[in-house]
Amino acid sequence: MKKAKVFATAVLTAVVALTLAGCAGKKSGTGNSGKSETTKHTVALITDTGGVDDRSFNQSAWEGLQAWGKSHDLSRGNSGYQYFQSSNESDYIPNINQATQAGFKTIFGIGYKLQPAIKQSAKDSPKTNFVIIDDSIEGVKNVVSATFKDNESSYLAGVAAAYTTKTNKVGFIGGVKGDVIDRFDAGFAAGVKEGAKKLGKSITVINQYAGDFNAPDKGKSIAQGMYSQGADIIFHASGATGNGVFQEAKAINQDGSKKVWVIGVDRDQSAEGKYKTKDGKSANFTLTSTLKGVGAVTEDLSNQAMKGKFPGGKHLTYGLKQDGVGLTDGQLSTKAKDAVKEAKQQIIDGKITVPEHPAK
Amino acid sequence: MNWVSMLSLIVSSTFVFSTPLIFTAIGGAFSENGGIVNVGLEGIMVMGAFSSVVFNLTFADTFGKATPWLGLIVGAVVGIAISLLHAMATINFRADHIISGTVINLLAPALSVFLVKAIYAKGQTDNIAQNFGYFSFPGLSKIPVIGQIFFKDTSLLAYIAIIVAILAWWILYKTRFGLHLRSVGENPQAADTLGLNVYRLRYSGVIISGLLGGIGGAIFAQSISGNFSAGTIVGQGYISMAAMIFGKWNPIGAMGAALFFGFAQSLSIIGGQLPGIAKIPAVYLQVAPYVLTIIVLVLFLGKAVMPKADGTNYVKSK
Repeated sequence: MKKAKVFATAVLTAVVALTLAGCAGKKSGTGNSGKSETTKHTVALITDTGGVDDRSFNQSAWEGLQAWGKSHDLSRGNSGYQYFQSSNESDYIPNINQATQAGFKTIFGIGYKLQPAIKQSAKDSPKTNFVIIDDSIEGVKNVVSATFKDNESSYLAGVAAAYTTKTNKVGFIGGVKGDVIDRFDAGFAAGVKEGAKKLGKSITVINQYAGDFNAPDKGKSIAQGMYSQGADIIFHASGATGNGVFQEAKAINQDGSKKVWVIGVDRDQSAEGKYKTKDGKSANFTLTSTLKGVGAVTEDLSNQAMKGKFPGGKHLTYGLKQDGVGLTDGQLSTKAKDAVKEAKQQIIDGKITVPEHPAK
Repeated sequence: MNWVSMLSLIVSSTFVFSTPLIFTAIGGAFSENGGIVNVGLEGIMVMGAFSSVVFNLTFADTFGKATPWLGLIVGAVVGIAISLLHAMATINFRADHIISGTVINLLAPALSVFLVKAIYAKGQTDNIAQNFGYFSFPGLSKIPVIGQIFFKDTSLLAYIAIIVAILAWWILYKTRFGLHLRSVGENPQAADTLGLNVYRLRYSGVIISGLLGGIGGAIFAQSISGNFSAGTIVGQGYISMAAMIFGKWNPIGAMGAALFFGFAQSLSIIGGQLPGIAKIPAVYLQVAPYVLTIIVLVLFLGKAVMPKADGTNYVKSK
């Protein structure tokens, strides 16, 4: 009995001590910035399950936020900018709650999977600004929906593929079927069709979905199938599943029997395309990559929020015109580059409308 | 696509999926035949994958083509180290096997991602430069039909895995060590009275599972995903455990089960590109491996009997 009493007192003392230490720590931690909290704008990022280094979306958004923070002399933390990583879907709401309770004034939800969570939280916290990237929330005044016209950049990728393919067969690997990947699918197919028409040849697009954004083994197998059917360029819109596609292309290229290409997605994936040919020379098999300006949008919206001009309730679409999406130059031949440039101008001028959903 | 190249694609794809599973499943079989349930195979694979990628990134320039193979050794060593935690907890401290294994599964992804952040300041590593590519057996690939299906542009590791499975079967069922290990898993009391060191045998079972599990993870990272992140090994460890149970705790059975899982998976993927099957809605093909597994399990498998003393802690009585 005595031992239990001593133990209980010890635990109680520890708890009290830790609580006091915790309270004291808060004030001293934010002292180094020097400015008062009320003039600053604080922004938080809630990531999708990819994490801030998924080499695409989330990383792009984080980099944009970091650039914004730097240009406004803010530091990382609860008084500046911060990200909350979600390791699975059940983390979304707890992360958003954590952000609102920490006092962040603008919260970005990166990815369409966060749409329900952001919608709910926006209704619960009407004074906080919310942004949902890649999906739309209608009728909630403090939410801005930002979607990207990936179909336009995928169209350009399709044109590039049409002008580069030597076997007249190209492939498309999608992650999970849905509105977002539909844009990539439809845009790419339309671009290939147009390019083929201009060149006067017929190009087939082999299309397959992996059913998962994080299954590199499936990506590798699907790519293997497509390459062995004769496709020499594969455009992947499948997140981490694409890692397998790159591995497969690397193995084939290193073997030396033929040259195959991969078109990257969401950011410049040319680093993943480096390899050494059989003769030991350095080469790259990333033909090009579609870009998604998540970073630029994050920076832009954070600035607008800070100036008090947060476009709440609106749905903003970012396409080639606003430089929200694009295509890298990569390893494109001059002919392909010119064709891409021409197509880009035609889209911006409105002469071409790129479909958002694949033909049934 | 003619049927030869189609078969070659299916075989190659099967090997891609199955090879990491085969190694890990054999490891699991060793541990469980000795009486220690090893649920931590997933965590061991994660650490194996992580260490091999870090090694590969750091030493790719020094070792060139040999780097992935050395990466396997590094993965094996780290796998052993992690499995020692599990072994100590269950054998010396008599913890519940499943809880201890689950701790490894929780510890490994968190630790590895933390270390990646600490070493590279990023959430996932860069792509490795030296990975396992395709391999064509020098003479055998020239054989018509069979050569193209089995020996051309295939994975060398898959054949090594099959040899390891046969070796493991031979060790477990035809050598004295194997007999001792199995007896410790069936009835440690009896084994102890006959003078066998139960603790030492159980330790060796777990260490072997750590070795093979680490190699499995290293193979996955260096041949399939090409880098390491929090999402590299998700579920492969559990699938290997399922393969081990499917194979009735026998290394050859485990290998067969792993190959079957890989085959079902690759059928569903390659099927999407075959002219006739491509018309089936994608969702049926994606579900097919799991349905196939259940059907085979129900129709062909009969009762799966685990080693009698699997999961019990042995206390050497005075």
